[in-house]
Amino acid sequence: MDVQSALFYAFSAVLLFAAFRVITARNPVHAALYLVLAFFQASALWMMLRAEFLAITLVLVYVGAVMVLFLFVVMMLDINIDSMRKGFWKHFPLAAVMGAVIALEMAAVLMGGFRVTSAPAAAVASQAAADYSNTKELGKVLYSQYLLPLQAAAALLLVAIIAAIALTLRERKDSKAIDASEQVRVKRQDRVRLLKINPSTMAAAPEPTEAKETKT
Amino acid sequence: MISLGHFLTLGGLLFALSVIGIFLNRKNLIVLLMAIELMLLAVNMNFVAFSYYLGDMAGQIFVFFILTVAAAESAIGLAILVLLFRNKSSINVDELNTLKG
Repeated sequence: MDVQSALFYAFSAVLLFAAFRVITARNPVHAALYLVLAFFQASALWMMLRAEFLAITLVLVYVGAVMVLFLFVVMMLDINIDSMRKGFWKHFPLAAVMGAVIALEMAAVLMGGFRVTSAPAAAVASQAAADYSNTKELGKVLYSQYLLPLQAAAALLLVAIIAAIALTLRERKDSKAIDASEQVRVKRQDRVRLLKINPSTMAAAPEPTEAKETKT
Repeated sequence: MISLGHFLTLGGLLFALSVIGIFLNRKNLIVLLMAIELMLLAVNMNFVAFSYYLGDMAGQIFVFFILTVAAAESAIGLAILVLLFRNKSSINVDELNTLKG
């Protein structure tokens, strides 16, 4: 067994163990941390497949952003774990049968059908060159052939940002924040009320004025 | 030597594990979302393996877009989750029956 095989089996074993712990962990925080471990192992496997840019992106985007978001949400919510675990193993027989069927079918088809052991010679030769850069190649294809999908993805992210903010934004009832647009739009009639005061009732006042501005 | 089939089998096992996870965690919406992330990871693994063994860059491009969609999906999913918890004080999937579906 050469070094590459050993690394593959080591990373795969840890990846599958981490995935198993994600779905069975009692505490959601532990599940999230095991998911981080799973992403790291997958990233290492992608490195072995010479997809360096995607491996780094997986760590940066998933571990750095998505999993931190998951952890924030998990820690923000007050979850009753015991009630969550009630009936946890009730569906296990069905789930195990379905999982085993999926895994066995896939393995039977894939192990028999794809015995390719090495990348095409031309691709290996070009990748072995000293100035070969996976990121550069990816960028070339992405910004020429896939420019329109890239723009669509950008629009999708924008929509996701707006949707996520719009869903969770709420104003506190006792908030004293000033709404600038409301202030600009206000008319004089809304705020100022002119009152005619009868002078005879105001005799005690030193200098009765005929009009007084009151702010409401 | 590691063949393409090895990577595809790993992806298949990972996918099967996340399917089992969806069955087991019927009450915990957060772990359901995590199982979906694992599923997407399994699919991405297949794409990258094919991309390497067939010498085609398109597989990696697809992984790039799947990562984008997955990030958007989890952000909106978690936003809905927070909103749900605020309104019902629980994230039990069984209690989400207001639509009577």
